[in-house]
Amino acid sequence: MTASHSVLAQLNTGERAVALIGGDATDANLRRYLHGIPGIDAVGLEQRAAALGTRSIKTSSKKWAIDKIISLIDLTTLEGADTPGKVRSLVGKALTPDPGDPSCPRVAAVCVYGDMVPHAVAALGSAHSAGTDAGVNVAAVATAFPSGRASLAVKLADVRDAVEAGADEIDMVIDRGAFLSGRFAQVYDEIVAVKHSCRRADGSAAHLKVILETGELSTYDNVRRASWLAILAGADFIKTSTGKVPVAATLPVTLSMLEVVRDWHRLTGAKIGVKPAGGIRTSKDATKYLVTVAETVVEEWLTPGLFRFGASSLLNDVLMQRQKVTSGHYSGPDYVTMD
Amino acid sequence: MSFLDYAPAPESQSLLNLRAHYGLFIDGEFVAGRGEPFQSINPATEKQIAMIAHADATDVDAAVAAARRAYDKTWSKLSGSDRGKYLFRIARLVQERARELAVAETLDNGKPIKESRDVDVPLVAAWFFYYAGWADKLDHAGVGPTPSARGVAAQVIPWNFPLLMLAWKIAPALAAGNTVVLKPAETTSLTALLFAEILQQADLPAGVVNIVTGGRDTGKALVGHPGVNLVAFTGSTGAGRAIARSVAGTDKKVVLELGGKAANIVFDDAPIDQAIEGIVNGIFFNQGHVCCAGSRLLVQESIHDDVVDRLKSRLSTLRLGDPMDKNTDIGAINSADQLARIRELTTIGEQEGAERWSPDCVLPETGFWFKPTIFTNVSTSHRIARDEVFGPVLSVLTFRTPGEAVAKANNTPYGLSAGIWTEKGSRMLAVADKLRAGVIWANTFNRFDPASPFGGYKESGYGREGGRHGLAAYLKPAAGRAAARAVTPAEKTPLSRKKAAK
Repeated sequence: MTASHSVLAQLNTGERAVALIGGDATDANLRRYLHGIPGIDAVGLEQRAAALGTRSIKTSSKKWAIDKIISLIDLTTLEGADTPGKVRSLVGKALTPDPGDPSCPRVAAVCVYGDMVPHAVAALGSAHSAGTDAGVNVAAVATAFPSGRASLAVKLADVRDAVEAGADEIDMVIDRGAFLSGRFAQVYDEIVAVKHSCRRADGSAAHLKVILETGELSTYDNVRRASWLAILAGADFIKTSTGKVPVAATLPVTLSMLEVVRDWHRLTGAKIGVKPAGGIRTSKDATKYLVTVAETVVEEWLTPGLFRFGASSLLNDVLMQRQKVTSGHYSGPDYVTMD
Repeated sequence: MSFLDYAPAPESQSLLNLRAHYGLFIDGEFVAGRGEPFQSINPATEKQIAMIAHADATDVDAAVAAARRAYDKTWSKLSGSDRGKYLFRIARLVQERARELAVAETLDNGKPIKESRDVDVPLVAAWFFYYAGWADKLDHAGVGPTPSARGVAAQVIPWNFPLLMLAWKIAPALAAGNTVVLKPAETTSLTALLFAEILQQADLPAGVVNIVTGGRDTGKALVGHPGVNLVAFTGSTGAGRAIARSVAGTDKKVVLELGGKAANIVFDDAPIDQAIEGIVNGIFFNQGHVCCAGSRLLVQESIHDDVVDRLKSRLSTLRLGDPMDKNTDIGAINSADQLARIRELTTIGEQEGAERWSPDCVLPETGFWFKPTIFTNVSTSHRIARDEVFGPVLSVLTFRTPGEAVAKANNTPYGLSAGIWTEKGSRMLAVADKLRAGVIWANTFNRFDPASPFGGYKESGYGREGGRHGLAAYLKPAAGRAAARAVTPAEKTPLSRKKAAK
């Protein structure tokens, strides 16, 4: 880490990577850099995550947390059986999560397969953020999601297709096979290429979320290295999982990624987002993530631009908690809407 | 609002049914003490919790006599498995009443409820479960076949982990077949007295455990009592030295677990985020009132600035305040006396030229409080690097080579514990081998388990507590060969039967 903060802050992504790695993004250079990052002691990491999970969030803090969680959700449907109707219904839910309570905030985005982007954009209508801060974003999974097993050309076509259809965010998967066999440069180059394909004709670009599929990386050290690799290559967000493999987001994995994001900010001044996805189903679980973000990075990270939950069933549990906090008693699953 | 200003989440105290006055627990009953009763206060509010009886020499006499009677008449006659049953019962009752004990401990000691709830009380139960299992297996305790109990144990415990130190003392003593007279620390008698209620609930035979509350004079009378066979003490090195002197020339067995000034050594290849957590846990756990606290941080020079930087931002997220709030990380200092000592030593630290830093945090108006504090630019000759502060105060020193780290770590009259942080296994083992400390943690700190022995070198005391080693102090090896022969008739029986058959 030779370059100083102020110097790094002025460089573009590619130059910054070269400055940090100390050369071009070759397998050898990347390996040297990624393996020079301090390791993770798994026992200690899990202990810290468990300790953060014991924070007791009550009354006014709980109320704040519930609305915050809703505003950070990427409401997701990623099924082979998805239909335009299902997506319209999902968008409806994204805009008015609780039809009985207009004070309920909107979610951050809807997350769908690339071919559903036009339907999502149409259903959102004027509520589509389309590059502005207001409204709901459309996120599309791309790059041969969830396995990532396709040629680069196909992956890039997948991305361009979604961006042209109006996607504001692209959730790409990394090539885990390449990463695990040490072909770091291939992973790096692919992310760079995808980032390039996120550009629109008007010069703006869709935000790039890079899915590490932490369940397949198997060690925390790998998760940390993959996080650095993705950020070096230009990720706007690092995301834990596709939700399609058995182990998805866990608190320790998310904590380790938040530590990378914090360190990157210390190093370069740049802010990268984190998105745990898959397996977060209850309001109580989601609150633990809020605590972890606030106590690991800073509270300002709890904004849709820097933190998201990738979830589908989470929203209804949060809505039931919200009704409980508002009315003082629990309702039930029939008092919140299906997607 | 700021999310990090978590709304208050106080633990309910409604479970707790405290009496206004507590007597001494002698021969299975609560009795009045002959000394002047004293008040036990909540260090977070300075309000009185209860009045506690003060045992004088006559009371101590009565307690030792009760313990002797119980030893002669009941406890030494019970089989190991029957003693084990009582210990298992106590362990289960501790679990059943865990919440109540945790609340009482926090009230009386000032430690955060999350620590008494998640660390102290679960470990208390674990200690009784562990030693319950040993009660009928003493032949394998490592002191030879058919060992016997020593008799009456006098046990004096400190205020930093009141109930846990009680468990460390009582569980192995009873498992080994001894009876006990225990004196809790003056400022923290409460949970020992609740524990006495648990003993009544468990139907433990009268006199097997006696609890005498009081001051220094009570402890002195107990330790010096001619009727006790062994003295087990945890506390300051000064008091330990006085005890060693007072029992010199007697046949009392002595176990001393005294002070420490542990080095927490962080190498440049350490898992940095976990090391930061370990440093924080090492010195700020229980407000630093921990004899094995990692109070000297030895950081490799090349990562010193980074570590200090990260440590400071981590300390800024620690929450100091109402110990009963479930989100509190740093509670109250146990007593005005201790607070004065911490203040004195930290003032000396500044005068000697070390650089002092504390995070911004508001201290409550009543009670005894001290901000978590880091001293940088500390050298080995500074008093904050040599004296045990026993408070939330960390001294940061640097080293260049593993050899220098070892030399600096060992350069202390104490030798209780140490920590090593590195991702390199061979270095971890090589350094651990050279450190003169009873407990060495690698890539963790302040972890306790009943199966693991604990104790110190040099001025940190002698004897071990916990594990199989913890039984040794409470057991007498069978008396030489005569005793070994005494066993043989039983072995001969088949032979004699054969003869008879002929």
